Amino acid sequence: MSDKKFVKLVSTAVPLPIENIDTDQIIPARFLKATTREGFGNNLFADWRKNADGTPKEDFVLNNNTYSGQILVAGKNFGCGSSREHAAWALADYGFKVVVSSFFADIFKNNALNNFILPIQVSDSFLNKIFEAINSNHAINLTIDLENQKIIFDTFSENFDINPYKKTCLINGFDDIDYLLNLKSDILQFEKSI
Amino acid sequence: MAKTLFDKIWDSHIVKSQAGHPDALFIDMHFIHEVTSPQAFDGLRKRNIPVFMPHRTRATADHNVPTKDQHLPIKDAISKFQVDKLTENTTAFGVELFGLGHPFQGIVHVIGPELGITQPGMTIVCGDSHTSTHGAFGTIAFGIGTSEVEMVLATQCVLQYRPKTMRITIDGKLSRGVLSKDIILYVIAQISAAGGTGYFVEFAGSAIRDLSMEARMTVCNMAIEMGARGGLIAPDEKTFEYVKNREFSPKAGEWDKKLAAWKNLYSDADAKFDKEYTFDAAAIQPMITYGTNPGMGVGVSDRLPLENEINPTELLSFKKSLEYMGLQSGQQMIGKAIDYVFIGSCTNSRIEDLRLVAEFVKGKKKADGVEVWIVPGSKQVEKQAQKEGIDKILKEAGMELREPGCSACLGMNEDKVPAGKYSVSTSNRNFEGRQGPGARTFLVSPLTAALAAVTGKVQDIRKFI
Ligand code: SF4
Repeated sequence: MSDKKFVKLVSTAVPLPIENIDTDQIIPARFLKATTREGFGNNLFADWRKNADGTPKEDFVLNNNTYSGQILVAGKNFGCGSSREHAAWALADYGFKVVVSSFFADIFKNNALNNFILPIQVSDSFLNKIFEAINSNHAINLTIDLENQKIIFDTFSENFDINPYKKTCLINGFDDIDYLLNLKSDILQFEKSI
Repeated sequence: MAKTLFDKIWDSHIVKSQAGHPDALFIDMHFIHEVTSPQAFDGLRKRNIPVFMPHRTRATADHNVPTKDQHLPIKDAISKFQVDKLTENTTAFGVELFGLGHPFQGIVHVIGPELGITQPGMTIVCGDSHTSTHGAFGTIAFGIGTSEVEMVLATQCVLQYRPKTMRITIDGKLSRGVLSKDIILYVIAQISAAGGTGYFVEFAGSAIRDLSMEARMTVCNMAIEMGARGGLIAPDEKTFEYVKNREFSPKAGEWDKKLAAWKNLYSDADAKFDKEYTFDAAAIQPMITYGTNPGMGVGVSDRLPLENEINPTELLSFKKSLEYMGLQSGQQMIGKAIDYVFIGSCTNSRIEDLRLVAEFVKGKKKADGVEVWIVPGSKQVEKQAQKEGIDKILKEAGMELREPGCSACLGMNEDKVPAGKYSVSTSNRNFEGRQGPGARTFLVSPLTAALAAVTGKVQDIRKFI
């Protein structure tokens, strides 16, 4: 998993200033029947992105070439609703590495971290500043410094929280399974003891 | 230090505990089924690793399977694909499968206990919320997501933060016609569908002790419906008796050693719980849900709440819920005409449930215009029911015993309730669309369901027995 190491990211961002984006919007239920994790990126925000006939909706931000980048900036309470992990798979498959919002649903946050997407919770006022900055300059870069837990643009910066265990995982490029795989001999030992 | 039952089991399964990290918890038994396992096996392939301890995972096909003509190929292409995939994956990775056609096949939470795989003191996980069912044997059993299914296949552990503990004590005697399903629907209605969030719940008290093992499973099955991580009950003589002499239970030489260990599985007298509730069994009536979460329940002879009795923050969802259900605030449930009756699911599809239903419908006839689905939880339950002549009693009453599976519990297979129709169901979820798009579900006990099947209406069982 070493290709996924996350230390620092400098990227432009895609703004989605909508509150309470639930996992049904991120990936509608009808796409859940697949038996692999890949390909969900095509259907990320499917109902906002595409018309019923599959043609793109011109006014949706992902269809607007002005905006691009590996960071999604979204309104408050991102990832609420059903606990489906497919929402994180879809964001990762599309190419997002960071989602910034002023609040995240708990389960989404966990699912995201497990799929190497860093959810960054910022204050409402900082979130607004980011939206304004992108609005006036769509090419503006955001810097995510995971080591120091800082999000920076222009002359502004804010610290963010992250569970220390998850931080270690991201920086080293391992997920929960890699962490446990490193404990293999302890686990075998444990089984013998019962 | 005094410990709760939960803490005793948890502590004895920690492989590694580190400050700031979740605990690495060893899993004694892992159940898988066709819906939440394919991506997990896919993940193993990508990492190029095997199933770490294949003897600690067992598989069955239940969610997608038809409950008629199981010997024929599955008609729905996606269902068939998932069931086939399970066979392919379990074969490739050396996991034992009780698939379609196998004499042990059935709903995952029904077969674990009946095969003696579920044993006191274990940690058990499955990619399905109602894994809490196994808690009836004094186990820590809970549902996990697909990433965690992969985690357990790869390492036989899960990473978990320790939940808080809650004890719900129910003392006293149940009234005639009141079943364990009514206990749990009552408790959820009292503390709400979110009342247990963040907790692992121990059920205790004389009313719980008096229940059979199968009835205890019904209680633990729905612990998840109050938001809890899981529910458990301290094992006792009944538990040990149930586990003894089953297909996978400890054999003679091992039995005494296991039994001695199991006898330590109780909460110490002065153990502290983070939260406690106490209820009186005598206050519990036959229950029915009227809304779209399992916490929206009333005594079957009571009226629905009035709008001014609802917490203002919940009024909007209350109204939305009643609109979906086609009901009015303040109305009576008694007499409400229904269209479908579903007796089954991992909540109420065991032999005791079927016996209760058969005993009640014997010599009666199914009401006209009502469609009745009676679905055993497993092949073994089906066989036992046939042996006892339950299938014949049902047939004489104009009903049919189907083949095992999740069936109309979640409408992923062919058994779906049509939009707008009322279904009286012994399953565990009444969410919008759960039994089919637009379907309207009333959750009840098997007796109340049997009564609805012969009267075509919601009625109070206490007046009929
Ligand atoms: S019967 Fe229903 S609740 Fe139980 S495992 Fe099947 S789908 Fe889940």
